[in-house]
Amino acid sequence: MVLLKLQFPLQRRVRLAQGLWLLSWLAVLAGAFTFSLGVYLKTELLRRAEVMDNTEIHVVPNILMLVGLVTMGINLFAGRVCQDSLDSARFPPWKPFLLPWYGLAWMVCVWLLSAVVLSYALQGHLEESLKVGLRNGIRFYRDTDVPGRCFQKETIDRLQMELRCCGNTNYRDWFEVQWISNRYLDFTSKEVKDRVRSNVDGRYLMDGVPFSCCNPGSPRPCLQNHLTDNTAHYNYEHQSEELNLYNRGCRQALVDYYMGLMNTIGPGILSVISLQISVLVSLRYLHTSLEGVDPENPEADSEGYILAKGVKETLMDVKTTVFKLLQFGQVEAGDEAEAGADGEKAAS
Amino acid sequence: MAVLKVKFTKTNRDKLAQVLWILNWVSVVTGVILFSLGLFLKVEINKRWELMAERDLHYVPNMLIATGLIACGINFLGGKICYDCADTTKFLRWKLLMLPYVICTFFFTFCILVGALMCYGMRGELEEALDLGLRDAMRYYKDTDTPGRCFLKRTVDLLQIQFQCCGNFGFRDWFQIQWISNRYLDMSRREVVARLRSNVEGKYLMDGVPFSCCNINSPRPCIQHQITNSSAHFNYEYQTEELNLWRKGCRQALLEYYTHIMQSIGFTVLIIWLFELSVLTGVRYLQTSLENVLRQGDPDSESDGWLLENSFVETARSNFNIIKSLGKCNQIDTANNGDPNINVPSTAYYGPDNLPSKQIPMAS
Repeated sequence: MVLLKLQFPLQRRVRLAQGLWLLSWLAVLAGAFTFSLGVYLKTELLRRAEVMDNTEIHVVPNILMLVGLVTMGINLFAGRVCQDSLDSARFPPWKPFLLPWYGLAWMVCVWLLSAVVLSYALQGHLEESLKVGLRNGIRFYRDTDVPGRCFQKETIDRLQMELRCCGNTNYRDWFEVQWISNRYLDFTSKEVKDRVRSNVDGRYLMDGVPFSCCNPGSPRPCLQNHLTDNTAHYNYEHQSEELNLYNRGCRQALVDYYMGLMNTIGPGILSVISLQISVLVSLRYLHTSLEGVDPENPEADSEGYILAKGVKETLMDVKTTVFKLLQFGQVEAGDEAEAGADGEKAAS
Repeated sequence: MAVLKVKFTKTNRDKLAQVLWILNWVSVVTGVILFSLGLFLKVEINKRWELMAERDLHYVPNMLIATGLIACGINFLGGKICYDCADTTKFLRWKLLMLPYVICTFFFTFCILVGALMCYGMRGELEEALDLGLRDAMRYYKDTDTPGRCFLKRTVDLLQIQFQCCGNFGFRDWFQIQWISNRYLDMSRREVVARLRSNVEGKYLMDGVPFSCCNINSPRPCIQHQITNSSAHFNYEYQTEELNLWRKGCRQALLEYYTHIMQSIGFTVLIIWLFELSVLTGVRYLQTSLENVLRQGDPDSESDGWLLENSFVETARSNFNIIKSLGKCNQIDTANNGDPNINVPSTAYYGPDNLPSKQIPMAS
C-alpha cells in the first residue's frame, strides 16, 4: 500500500523539475537568511555579555548559524539534482546520494524546530543568568579603580539609560549596595561615620540611586538622593511618584528585549522549515517518478509516491535494516569463532 | 572655428549612442539617489525642529528633492532619445527636440551644481538657528506645565544624553538660567528666598546642571550640584575635574553632526554633477555629429561633432543678437515713418549690368 501515490505524465514531471529548481534556490536564500538571523542574534547577545553570567542561551544562535549553512548546502545539491533530472543519462549518478539527502533534510527541519523550542524553553536560564550578572554589575559599580571591573560603572550606566531601566528587579536594589567608592567618602565627617557604622558589613548604604536611573520624561528635575524621605524634597511623595526614575528592572527589560527578538525570529524560522519540507517532498516525488519511467519509453507516464509501502511497514523495514547492521559485527565474530572451532575439529 | 571638434565614423556614432543610452539609465538611478538624499536631509532637520529657531533651512533639501525628480525625468527622456539615435531614420523624429533638450539639460546641470554648493553654504544659517533654538529650549526647560513647551525638557535631556554634550556653549550656560520650576521650590525656606532675591530678575540661579549632563565615563558618581564649590565635595577640585560632566556644548555637537551629513551629501551631489556633465557632453557630440550627417546626406559617412559651432565669443554674440531681435519683434520700425510696407530700394546684385528692376507704377 503506497503512500500518497500521484500520476506523473511527462509534462508534469518537467514542470515538477522546474518548480523544484526554483524552490531549491528559494531554499538556499532561506538558508542564508537563517544564517544571518543566527549571526544577528549572537551579536545582540554578545553586546550585553558583560551582564550575563553564563552563555547557555548562545546555543540558539549557534544552532541557527550551523543549520543555515547546512540548509544552503543541501538545497544547492537539490538544485543541481533537479537540473540533471530530466536527462536520463545524467540522473543515475545522483541516485545513491538521495537517501542520505532525505535523512539530512529531515535532520535540518528537526534542528530548526528544536531551535525555536529552545528559544522559549531557555527563557528561565536566561533570566537566571541575567540575575546573577546584573547583581555582580551593581555590586562592582563602584570599583572603577580595580582592573577587570573598572568598566562596570560605564556598562551599567549605559545599560540603564539605553533600556530605560533601573537596578536588577527595581530601583531599590541600589539601596542595598554601596555604589559610591570609599575614595569619594569623607571619613572624617560624622554623617559618613554614622552611616558606615549603622550596618553589619560597614558599608555606606543610602536611599539614593545613580544618575542613569533618572527618567528624562519626568516633569521635575531628577531626584536621586533621599528617595524614601518625603520631607527631604518639596512637593514630593515617595509612594505616588512614578515618573522620577525608571520603574522597570533591568533584568525584566533585557528578558523582554530578547524574548521580543525570538518572537520576531520564530515565524521566519517556521517558514524556512515549511519551505525545506516542500523541497523534500517535491524531490521525493521527482525521484520516485523518474525511477518508475520505462527506459524504452522515456516519455510515458509514471507513478510517484512518498513511501513505497505504508508508514508502519517502512518503519519496520528500517528497524530490521538497522538491527541487521548492528548484528552484522556480532555475527561476523561468531562465524569466525565457529570457523576456527570447525577447523580445529577437522584438524584433530 | 568649432570648439573641441571630434571626427565620428558610423560605428563610433552607434557606439556612442549605445553607451549614452546605458549612461542615461545610470543617471536615472543617480537621480533617485539625489531625491533620497534630499529626503534624508529633510527628515533629519525635521527630527530636531524643536531645537532650531525659525529659519528657512528647508530650501536646501527641497532643492535636492526637486532636482532629483527632474533628473529622473530628463535622463529617462535622454535614454529614449539616445536609444533612437543609433538609427538615422528614428533620429529624424527627435531632430527638432534635441537642441532644446541639450540646452535644458545644461541649465539643469547648473542647478545640480547650485544644489551642491548650497549644501556647503547652509552651515552659517544652521549655526544661527541652532544657537537661538538651543537657547530658547534651555530657557523653557522648566516649563513642563506649559502646553506647547511641555516636552522640551525631555527633548533637551535626550539630546544631551545622545550627543554627549551639555548646555549651548558649555555647562556654564545652565548656571545663567533657572531650570528648576517654581512648582518644586519651597518658597517658605530662607535659602530659596535669598537666592531668588540675589539677582535682578528674581530667578533661582544655581551652580548646578541637570542629570543629562553627567558623563558616564566618570570614575566617580556624578556631581550635579555646587559644581564650582570644591569644598562641597570630598576629594574634588573644580578646575581639574574633566570627566564629571560632558565638556562639549550641544550647539557644537549638533553642528558637527549636521555638517558631517551635509558635507557627505554635498560631495555625492558634486560627483553626480560631474557624471551628468559628462553625459551631457556625450549627448551634445551625438547631436551635432548626427546633424552633420544629415547635412552631408550620406548616413554612413564620417561626420564632425563639436561642442559649439563657432568659438565662445561668436556664439555668445549671435545668441545675444537673437535675443535682441526677439525683443525687437514687437517694436515698430521708425525708419519708414512706421510703415513697414514702403518699398525701399535694396542694394542687391541683380545681374551683369547691375540695373535695378523697373519700379511698378502705382495705380493712381
